[in-house]
Amino acid sequence: MTLAIIVVYLAIVLVIGLFSHRFFRGTSEDFFVAARTLGPFILLVSLFGANMTAFALLGSAGESYMEGIGVFALMASSSALVIPVVFYFIGTRIWALGKRRGYLTPAQYFRERWDSDALGLLLFVVQVALLIPYLLIGVMGGGTTLTQVTGGQVPDWVGGLVICAVVLTYVAYGGMRGTIWVNVFQTMILLGLGFIAFWVIVDKLGGLSAAMTRLAEDHPDMLVRGEHIKPLQLLTYTCIPLSVGMFPHMFIHWLTAKNAASFRPTLAFYPLCIAIVWVPSVLLGVFARLDFPSVADLGPGGVSSVLVKMINLHAPGVLAGLLAAGVFAAIMNSFDSQVHSVGTMFTQDIVRHYGFHDRMSESQQILVGRLFMVAILVAAYLLSRVVDRSIFKLGVWCFTGFAALFPVVVAAVFWKRSTKWGAFASTISVVVLWIYFVSHGWKSADYTIADSGVMPVAVILFVSTAAMIVGSLLTQPPKQETLEKFFP
Amino acid sequence: MKTPVRSLLLYAALVVLYLLHNDLWLWNDPRLILGLPAGLAYHVGFCIATSIVLALLVIYAWPDHLDREAPEPKARPEIKP
Repeated sequence: MTLAIIVVYLAIVLVIGLFSHRFFRGTSEDFFVAARTLGPFILLVSLFGANMTAFALLGSAGESYMEGIGVFALMASSSALVIPVVFYFIGTRIWALGKRRGYLTPAQYFRERWDSDALGLLLFVVQVALLIPYLLIGVMGGGTTLTQVTGGQVPDWVGGLVICAVVLTYVAYGGMRGTIWVNVFQTMILLGLGFIAFWVIVDKLGGLSAAMTRLAEDHPDMLVRGEHIKPLQLLTYTCIPLSVGMFPHMFIHWLTAKNAASFRPTLAFYPLCIAIVWVPSVLLGVFARLDFPSVADLGPGGVSSVLVKMINLHAPGVLAGLLAAGVFAAIMNSFDSQVHSVGTMFTQDIVRHYGFHDRMSESQQILVGRLFMVAILVAAYLLSRVVDRSIFKLGVWCFTGFAALFPVVVAAVFWKRSTKWGAFASTISVVVLWIYFVSHGWKSADYTIADSGVMPVAVILFVSTAAMIVGSLLTQPPKQETLEKFFP
Repeated sequence: MKTPVRSLLLYAALVVLYLLHNDLWLWNDPRLILGLPAGLAYHVGFCIATSIVLALLVIYAWPDHLDREAPEPKARPEIKP
């Protein structure tokens, strides 16, 4: 029954994505950025949905199971402040530039802003490379969910494969419009079923008050931050949500807005949406300690499967299927946006920019973009079979790289004196330091610098900012004609 | 009714929120507030406060000039995906 519900849910998603194609206007702008027509409500739901991943649901529950309620302060409330502020200062400006100059991808903007093809290419490569761990989160989350809710009937590798196939089908056919239609549907499902999951499970535990009392008696450390989180970790973690400023899929989503005013409700309601999704996930994660006192009790799937295990234990049958569909909604919501951005970037930044369009028809160019999506998904899928990391940790490393690139977009938007050499220095410093820290911290579950609580992202961000400033000031100022395009 | 002073005050409120995010005083507080652990209840309240400040920001300090700076672009090439 559970499996049947999930199959029906995936079929509905597929139909919505494919049906959206009927509204396709036949322009590249429509295929890549939904013709820049999204109003306030759809923009809020699609931006929020595109940012809600398996990380937010499965990862946060798993991490809360390990570290307690402090995970909410660490990732959720910091995101509630930082992400809308980035939308306000950066997103709206990028939207205006995109509309004025017709941009569809980040590389197009950075290339023109600093008059450098090589810089555009470097940022394309870095952004796609950093996106792969993010895609991995979706593939792994899909596999874990399907295996757990079916009690192992469906092997792990099938779930990831199903997610890839469904998303690829409607993204490749429906473009950004299909992605957004599905996002809106799935965000509603996620919010609705998330609440139901929380209510049902807490009810089975005897109510919120009873569950808290039991937790306070058996695992009091779960209700405070104590030794689980260091104060410096809380402070430096606030750098992580800056990653939205350089996520290519968020950049492309910003371009879909009808006007700048469309961003207004997104800013005001985003923190509340974050709380609505994260509070139940974090609480269910800590309540899982009541049913699974130690990690060994979790069995296959480990901490990333905590939420699904709670659903299976307390809400079996039809409800488990519906709730699992909610988890799938969260996973695919961001996964489709990422896959779409990868295809858009390859078509625009490589195929068109480097002149292959002279030798290819429009449909051939799109086909190449779709094939690139397939190649990236195959790479992500194969990696998901060999990488053995928690979804939360994998996400944090991915976000670290994107967040450390934040000075690049800030300088591009606000600093006239910034130069391509500053941007090169900043980007290369991120690449070098990210590789260094990943190679040192990959095996440690809670890596902070010298165990001080300082997250690597804070150090990389500091260095990349310094590199941007020094690199720009030591080199020739940009040409006046270039500046006039961006600072009229 | 948008004045630089009002905008600056709202930007300052964002900085204050950032500082308030680091609630060291609740680090080991085991009390329950409204049925939630103190450290969690505080941050739910923080999300609500952030939402209010951001609502004021979009009302009183919105960059209206952006819509004027972004006129409708020229028609772009058609494709058949």
